[in-house]
Amino acid sequence: MTMSLRRKVILYCLLVVSALFLFAPTIIAFSMSFMTNQDIMTGKIIPTSISFENYFHVFQRFPLLKYMFNSFVVSIAIMLGQLALASLAAYAFVFIEFKGRDVLFFLFIATMMVPFEALIIPNFQTIRDLGWIDSYQGLSIPFFAMAFGTFLLRQNFKQIPKELKEASEIAGMGDLKFYLTVVLPVARTSLVTLGVYGFLTSWNMYLWPLLATTDNEYRTVQIGLRQLQSQEQLNEWGVIMAGAIIVVIPTLILLFVGQKKLQQGLAEGALK
Amino acid sequence: MKPVELINISKSYDQEQHVLKEINLTIEKGEFFVLVGPSGSGKSTLLRMIAGLEAITDGKLKFNGKLVNHLPPKDRDLSMVFQNYALYPHLNVEQNILFGLRAKKIAEDEQKRRLMQTTEMLGLSDFLKRKPKELSGGQRQRVALARSIVSESPLCLMDEPLSNLDAKLRAQMRMEIKRIQKKLDLTMIYVTHDQVEAMTMGDRIMVLNDGVIQQVGEPIELNNAPTNLFVASFIGSPKMNIGSAYIENHQIVIEDTLRISADITTVTGWLKERKFTVGIRAEHIKQTTEEHATHQLEVVNVEQLGNETLITFEIGNVLWTAKWLGQWLVSVGDYVPVSISMENIHFYDTNTGDLLKAAEQEKEREGIAL
Repeated sequence: MTMSLRRKVILYCLLVVSALFLFAPTIIAFSMSFMTNQDIMTGKIIPTSISFENYFHVFQRFPLLKYMFNSFVVSIAIMLGQLALASLAAYAFVFIEFKGRDVLFFLFIATMMVPFEALIIPNFQTIRDLGWIDSYQGLSIPFFAMAFGTFLLRQNFKQIPKELKEASEIAGMGDLKFYLTVVLPVARTSLVTLGVYGFLTSWNMYLWPLLATTDNEYRTVQIGLRQLQSQEQLNEWGVIMAGAIIVVIPTLILLFVGQKKLQQGLAEGALK
Repeated sequence: MKPVELINISKSYDQEQHVLKEINLTIEKGEFFVLVGPSGSGKSTLLRMIAGLEAITDGKLKFNGKLVNHLPPKDRDLSMVFQNYALYPHLNVEQNILFGLRAKKIAEDEQKRRLMQTTEMLGLSDFLKRKPKELSGGQRQRVALARSIVSESPLCLMDEPLSNLDAKLRAQMRMEIKRIQKKLDLTMIYVTHDQVEAMTMGDRIMVLNDGVIQQVGEPIELNNAPTNLFVASFIGSPKMNIGSAYIENHQIVIEDTLRISADITTVTGWLKERKFTVGIRAEHIKQTTEEHATHQLEVVNVEQLGNETLITFEIGNVLWTAKWLGQWLVSVGDYVPVSISMENIHFYDTNTGDLLKAAEQEKEREGIAL
């Protein structure tokens, strides 16, 4: 497509402005994390001198590494759990014929309408009764079953020709083997998407870890950040921002890696 | 012991709608058996029932004398080629071909041997490491074929395997499939909607319409003595010319316009006093000279095919086509002399569509051929 220079200039200006708007909080946080307290208090946006003090403080002030480790464990557990359960459920909804399958699926989908907040109290009671407060399983297992993931994968599995299943049946391959050797590899693009989505959502989870943990041993980073804020009488914004930047890094890495994988998957294309 | 026997096989969904009605059929060993019919006739359903992918509502299905109605597909010892080839997109050609063997845990060197043999036979040796999407339609077709051959199952089912190929490739693959089938002595059940495919490949053909067998027989039999109007118009290209007729003054009157003198003694009593339908093949409306002509017909369309010419005439309300060998320079509106002979005409009951009397000429020719 050819575009006149004028149009191009206008378009790029608009893009830059909206990008600035979108990124402003991140940029401010990033620059604040390098500022001294004095700079912050005087309301500067660009630091007068770059200092890494805040970053040292973050690690000294509270067990950030421990929190990050907890977050990793919980997020990865949730991601794997969601992938396993959602793909198995989606497989059943697509490849196994049974009475009332569609009705069951719509019921399943209907649970998407119930907000998580409404489930918090019963969920909390359940894990409390199981004695799972302050444990990895208490933090992760309530999120394993995911209607959205099942829905996404079902739509994807439906694109797999029925003949592939039939050819496998004739070849003497059972459901489990077909699921493992054909369905999962063929649908890996969607699995990656869902995995990234699941990881990010659980990494950024706030309310549930707040309820389900009482001691630092199992706290996740998001709670840790919050703690940082309330512990001080006068908030040390520089330290908080440094913490936030560190917490964001894994998310960004995952997004970049995931995006590349995603593009690869899409480029490979489907067989007509 | 017949490899495949169908006894009163029926299929219906929700007890009422019959997709297939009481199919009785026996398929011989090493036979290339073609199921042909228009779309929706139930031919694919029948094949899928034989494969075990579809439940049998009623009747018995026997393989080598053994009842297999409730056997899962993998225990039926057969292979199948699908219309869309059903290749696994994430596996390369070699993995695709060996997929079934690996599932059946066949020894590694045996797999190698079969792979070598099959890929050589089908000319796939250079493509083993390619993914299906990097292959052309014909090559994919070949991979699907190879996958079915390596299984070394004595029974091979094919569901319209050539319908996604272009015409030239299709003709080539027709020959190739037929050659492989004979070479390996496979019992083949082949589903198609293309009557040319059926005629050129089949040892025997079954014509199916609306879930009911219309006729089972050798290609030449189907061509020369179609048992009803459906088979008559379905088999043959161009299709058989059909018109309603009655007898008047020792003549057969077709579509109220075309009169053919009939030796009334050969036309037995059942034709008199009633309406019936006649059918005549395009090649039997012969070109002739003025003095030998039985009729002068007005040309309404001409199709030049190079080696033959299709000429269409209007007979009352219907269009009839004649197929003449060679190139004939006639144009629309011309009157051409033709000869239509009584002995080439098939007689059908108008109400039931059943054959009353097949053409005599063709019966004789069949005798000579045998």
